[in-house]
Amino acid sequence: MVQLFNGLSFSSILLLIALGLAITFGLMNVINMAHGELIMIGAYSAYMTQIMFSNYLPKSLFDFYFVLALPVAFLTAALTGWILEWALVRHLYGRPLDSLLATWGVSLVLQQLARTVFGAPNVAVMAPDWLNGGLEVMAGVVFPYKRLFILAIAAAAVLGMYLYLYKTAPGRRMQAVMQNRAMAACLGISTRKVDSWSFAMGSGIAGLAGCAITLLGPIGPSIGTYYIIDAFMVVVLGGVGKLSGTLAGALGIGILNTLFEYGTTATLGKVLVFLVIIVFLQWRPAGLVQVKTRVLD
Amino acid sequence: MRETGFKKKASMLITMMLAGGMLLAGCGNSGGGSSTAPTSSGNSSSNQAAGDTIKVGVLHSLSGTMAISETSVKDAELLAIEEINAAGGVLGKKIEPVIEDGASDWPTFAEKAKKLLQKDKVAVIFGGWTSASRKAMLPVVEENKGLLFYPVQYEGLEASPNIFYTGAAPNQQIVPAVSWLLKNKGKKFYLLGSDYVFPRTANKIIKAQLAAEGGEMVGEEYTPLGHTNYSTIISKIKQAKPDVIFNTLNGDSNVAFFKQLKDAGITNKDLTVMSVSIAEEEIRGIGAEPLVGHLAAWNYFQTTDLPKNKEFVQKYKAKYGKDRVTDDPIEAGYFGVYLWAEAVKKAGTTDVDKVKEASKGIEFEAPEGLVKIDGENQHTYKMVRIGEIQPDGQFKELWNSDKPVKPDPFLKNYEWAKNLK
Repeated sequence: MVQLFNGLSFSSILLLIALGLAITFGLMNVINMAHGELIMIGAYSAYMTQIMFSNYLPKSLFDFYFVLALPVAFLTAALTGWILEWALVRHLYGRPLDSLLATWGVSLVLQQLARTVFGAPNVAVMAPDWLNGGLEVMAGVVFPYKRLFILAIAAAAVLGMYLYLYKTAPGRRMQAVMQNRAMAACLGISTRKVDSWSFAMGSGIAGLAGCAITLLGPIGPSIGTYYIIDAFMVVVLGGVGKLSGTLAGALGIGILNTLFEYGTTATLGKVLVFLVIIVFLQWRPAGLVQVKTRVLD
Repeated sequence: MRETGFKKKASMLITMMLAGGMLLAGCGNSGGGSSTAPTSSGNSSSNQAAGDTIKVGVLHSLSGTMAISETSVKDAELLAIEEINAAGGVLGKKIEPVIEDGASDWPTFAEKAKKLLQKDKVAVIFGGWTSASRKAMLPVVEENKGLLFYPVQYEGLEASPNIFYTGAAPNQQIVPAVSWLLKNKGKKFYLLGSDYVFPRTANKIIKAQLAAEGGEMVGEEYTPLGHTNYSTIISKIKQAKPDVIFNTLNGDSNVAFFKQLKDAGITNKDLTVMSVSIAEEEIRGIGAEPLVGHLAAWNYFQTTDLPKNKEFVQKYKAKYGKDRVTDDPIEAGYFGVYLWAEAVKKAGTTDVDKVKEASKGIEFEAPEGLVKIDGENQHTYKMVRIGEIQPDGQFKELWNSDKPVKPDPFLKNYEWAKNLK
């Protein structure tokens, strides 16, 4: 029971950090190595919001800072992503290896920048009071509010993305471009605009993820690198280019990882998960959920 | 055709990319320092001044992941040098520090130590923090017949003729902490540490001691450096129901672990966490709130109630800022400089062999109390203290060893430690 919850809550974190990647990597085929740094930017945005609140606003409002931190993190990261796309990534579409190297460079630059601005030591984000403690479901079984809150954010993000992709006009345009760029362009969709919009979206969700993980651990300049591998794993396992795949991937890895870790040790658990994924991809190279494409073979 | 072709290639590409990603993560963890800009490096003056000054090396990580801890130790060593100079220096000469940056990178430590000894011809090096950096400098100082003062508690089982150890050996921190816990907190221990040499060696020692003194180990876990997801381990801890968690986690992981422990509803009333790598400086980074009520074992706390310490804390803050704190390695770095200066005065020369000979039994009234160099193994006699973390990030001392404890890096005086190595 507790393990299931642990697995689920780990999955929700994975899902949040992988969602943004699912757009930029899964849908746009850009290998964005700076994705981790967008997470970092989200985390530091939360930190800055906290500082603003504790320095300039009355103490009674402090508990609500986190509500504001979420959109702030989203917008800051989205803006950074938008600039990144405009300045660099758009010149590299269709050249995955080049974009990998270039964004890797960007990620190192951003990390160093954070180190210069915020200093090498980690900073702590204080959780608001209403997120401290936990829900006691049974004697001795506590679900921390923070974890539940992250679960809720993840669920909201998935729902939001689903609605955006399938129910709104810009979302549909985005899908159209992803499925057949040339045809979409012929039909009068500005693919350029869709590209930069989508990239900013993906980056924004990374910022959201960054904001959420401040609840769990420390914030440092290299926070993103701890999560980036897991994020790529989720997208690859789930199947490149499908929202449901990302969901399945995150659930699978999160629960497996927790179970293995419970049965063995933290290090060995991770190794086992990687092994399972590698074996699985041998058998089904396209991942859990496969894309039906409209492009003729 | 393009599309499916891409999908097939994708898996290949992804494997490659993941390998690259892991490389990157690796960089972030260990070699992170190499990408950071070097701060101050050699500021040695020209050789003509060599006649009136004695050059000493100060070699710490001023950039990279260890900079957070080591910069403040460097500051303390410079403070000691400044004070000694203000009092007239040693042998009628001023001490001239040559500062080098080890950049949190072990090969760099070896390289810089070599440079200090061969090019700057320093009389002694003060430096290092991680065991890895010490092990990297060890062969260099031995080959070049140099001297190294190493200021941090460590896992023991080492004694180089060219190194003076001013931090705690295991019998001056870990062993008394375990004995105290067995007496005051309970028999069931859970060992949690980061996965590298210090925690694994420390836990080997603790297990032997528990077996000998009637304790019981109910769990042992290691997590990679930088690990932040502790929910599963906390579940395991809940099931094992220990009285004590002996925590040898290092760095960032501590933040995540303590936050999540608190969120899981476990407080210091349910069990005690004893840490040996969290001092005032680290608490400042973690935030005191999740740590309140838990314990740490050290030789020195900023709150240590001695006149000499009040003076030290006041001088340190006056020089480096009100919000700065002192802690155990800072203090050990500070008095290390004094011990060396005393030995040089007694020897009448900076010649390494003569200084070593003169150092035997040298005493100094340090902020933590009287410290003395043990002639046998060049470690230091030190007081042992256990403190409880307070909401202001300072320690309240619960216990101390009354008198300085003789260093025993190989645990020769413990019957149960015979088979350790």
